[in-house]
Amino acid sequence: MTPALETIGLHRRFGALIVANDIHFRLEAGARHALIGPNGAGKTTFINLITGRLAPSAGRILLAGTDITALSQATRVRRGLGRTFQINTLFRGLSVLENVALAIAEHDGHGGDMLRPLGARRAVLERSYALLDRLRIAGDALVPVQQLPYGKQRLVEIAIALGLQPTVLLLDEPAAGVPSAESAIILEVIEQLPHDIAVLIIEHDMELVFRFARRITVLVQGSVLVEGTPAEVAADPRVREVYLGEGRHG
Amino acid sequence: MSPVDTLIRRHRLRAVELLPWAIAVGAYFAFADYLSLGSQILIMILFALSLDLVLGYAGIVTLGHSAFFGVGAYAAGIYAVRVSGEPLSGLCVGAVAAAAVGWASGLVILRTHGLTLLMLTLAVTSLLAEAANKANFLTGGADGLQGMDIDPIFGVFRFDLFGRTAYLYCLVVLFLAWLFARRLVHSSFGRSLVGIRENTARMHAIGSPVRRRLLTIYTISAALAGIAGALLAQTTQFVGLTVLGFQRSGEIVIMLVFGGIGRLYGAFVGAGVYMIAQDQLAKLEPVFWYFWIGLLLVLLVMFARGGLLGLLDRLLRR
Amino acid sequence: MEALISILFHGLAYAMILYIVSVGLSVTMGLMGFVNLAHGVFAMAGGYVTVTLMNSYAVPFALALLAAFVVVALISVILERTLYARLYGASELDQVLFTIGLIFMSVAIVRYLWGPLAQPVRLPAALSGMLDLGFRSFPMYRSFLIVVGFVLIALLWLGIERTTFGARLRAAVDNRRMAESVGIDTRRLFSLAFALGSGLAALGGGLGADILAIYPGYATEYLVYFLMVVAIGGLGSLRGPFVAALLLGFGDTACKYLVPELGAFFVFAAMIALLLWRPAGLLGRA
Repeated sequence: MTPALETIGLHRRFGALIVANDIHFRLEAGARHALIGPNGAGKTTFINLITGRLAPSAGRILLAGTDITALSQATRVRRGLGRTFQINTLFRGLSVLENVALAIAEHDGHGGDMLRPLGARRAVLERSYALLDRLRIAGDALVPVQQLPYGKQRLVEIAIALGLQPTVLLLDEPAAGVPSAESAIILEVIEQLPHDIAVLIIEHDMELVFRFARRITVLVQGSVLVEGTPAEVAADPRVREVYLGEGRHG
Repeated sequence: MSPVDTLIRRHRLRAVELLPWAIAVGAYFAFADYLSLGSQILIMILFALSLDLVLGYAGIVTLGHSAFFGVGAYAAGIYAVRVSGEPLSGLCVGAVAAAAVGWASGLVILRTHGLTLLMLTLAVTSLLAEAANKANFLTGGADGLQGMDIDPIFGVFRFDLFGRTAYLYCLVVLFLAWLFARRLVHSSFGRSLVGIRENTARMHAIGSPVRRRLLTIYTISAALAGIAGALLAQTTQFVGLTVLGFQRSGEIVIMLVFGGIGRLYGAFVGAGVYMIAQDQLAKLEPVFWYFWIGLLLVLLVMFARGGLLGLLDRLLRR
Repeated sequence: MEALISILFHGLAYAMILYIVSVGLSVTMGLMGFVNLAHGVFAMAGGYVTVTLMNSYAVPFALALLAAFVVVALISVILERTLYARLYGASELDQVLFTIGLIFMSVAIVRYLWGPLAQPVRLPAALSGMLDLGFRSFPMYRSFLIVVGFVLIALLWLGIERTTFGARLRAAVDNRRMAESVGIDTRRLFSLAFALGSGLAALGGGLGADILAIYPGYATEYLVYFLMVVAIGGLGSLRGPFVAALLLGFGDTACKYLVPELGAFFVFAAMIALLLWRPAGLLGRA
């Protein structure tokens, strides 16, 4: 079966510094895959390479079997690649509903329409509202995003990505910086993601990782150390060594 | 009312939006002696409106918008002198010429940002000003372009000495431009411009072809500015070097900012108030006019961002 | 060959003035990221002070220049502490609007005090006339400009390389947060750099009165040249703007000499092309 996402020998260097070392990676359709590793391992860099924010020095990226290495960020998104950012990257002055509506309009291919009638706009807004409802933040629909508590902003971040109806969803530390009181809803949302989406999640929270992931890849200094089921990874002595002394995040 | 309804309502035409037109029509009758000033105000409103699309909505900080105004003015003027005095085709010529310059310069400039972009916009208008200065045979150089005879509109409406036809001509053109701009601003395209302004990285990450959108609005805005310039040429029958360059760009930015950027009507309020005030006060002491404008600008940046409409907003919210 | 020497000579003198005026802008922009379009006002002020002291008060040339440097540096510090400092975190648009406001105000003041015409420049007797170098004669004043230019540049570059102030400045331009965390007071550093840069601009305005005419349009008409020097040279760099000034100086002079019908057109086009090739400038950082 063609994997939803695959990288072949993905490599990126900055001078003598290698941040992505010949990474071979497969994400199956419908996967629940976690990418873990110590700080500075290159996890976000890997995501940036996949999404096209950063150009690789070598290697290829395949989305559902098609080579997307040369395509722009926006084109990859239109092909079904969605992501969230580690730090909230929202349209801060706009309301929650408008934030999501922008994504849905783009996905529909109508982002550039100048002269369509209001009825079409209404349809986009209705769908955006429905999405907010599913994520249980519909009550804040008209609130400017910058006024929301951080946890809810993280949810908006996910909502925008979902609005794109991606086939592959890359979540970069979705629970990062969220106070534990607010993180439960985020975990629920992630667990309830549609089964046909292939999800790759970067996380430090081991509890979330072991709860959610069916496969785990461990990245250390730009290289893949181990890949396997949660049980395999947990038992691997090399992983223990890497995390020795790091402790578990609660 | 559901949140969706609330947002949709913002797109519908509200009664207050007809106010500028009521004023404009009323002015035609009430200020029959000042119609030539009136035409100039309408032209500046159109120019400021075009800038708002680029600066207020798309967030492109430019000091070179006079380039399109000037190109439109010279193109329409040269067309009137050399080819035909027919005004509507002259408007088209101005619009197309300005749009071409907008597209070509946007293609290269919009790849940059910040100071480099600002500097390039300034360089383009300076380059065109220098070209206009040197191309004496075409533009009249420092003496300006003269000798335009503008034919009656549709062969019927002659440009009279009182400026009545000119005023109504400018009013109709501005109205049509406004209809278009309003539609555009409320459309998905317009919303996506706001998105680009608020967070360009995010727009890329939702699949938006950012550069194409910016180039499109830059070109459209240039065309509108070019129409404003063409109107100036046709109604005053003169084009001088001052249609280009930093001073003209700076002034239109100021007019827009005074009114309030990104609100569509800031152009109306800002250009209207500025031109009227300038007409009344600059006569008294022209040198000090620019002093007070400079001071007001400094104060605005410090205390009253959002311009006059922003202040109005704050007052109404109380 | 004759033409080439003339172009090189006059181009170099022009480049010197451009550089002396613009280098301060490059440093302050690199240091604080502040878009100071009003930088040309300081050069203009220096020109007016120099020329007025010389013409109306018979102050010797060197003294007039020194006075221009000091007066403008002081004024700039006052402006910086009271007004500029409030806008360091502001958006680019706000900074642009603010500095345009300053330009408009200064231009009005200058026009009111000195009128709209260019100030007459009376070169000191010792520096007028021609300098005979055997194979050719050159205008004495331009030769003086070139020499003084090199001296000033040498002092500047040595100062930045060798002094503690210079070291701190380079550190802060390179990485402001890092510099602050090792105890460098970047605010005070910036005020000093701002004063120095503005003073230099004033010096450039006074020295270059012969090349860039002193009139109320100075701050707006030459703005684009100063900005080009900075943008092409690269923000925060010392050498970059020098190369840019040379390119601009030689290019503009060559065009005006060889193809006067085009005037400055070609140099604008060339500079635009250069900036597109290297948007971060020749030697700057993106």
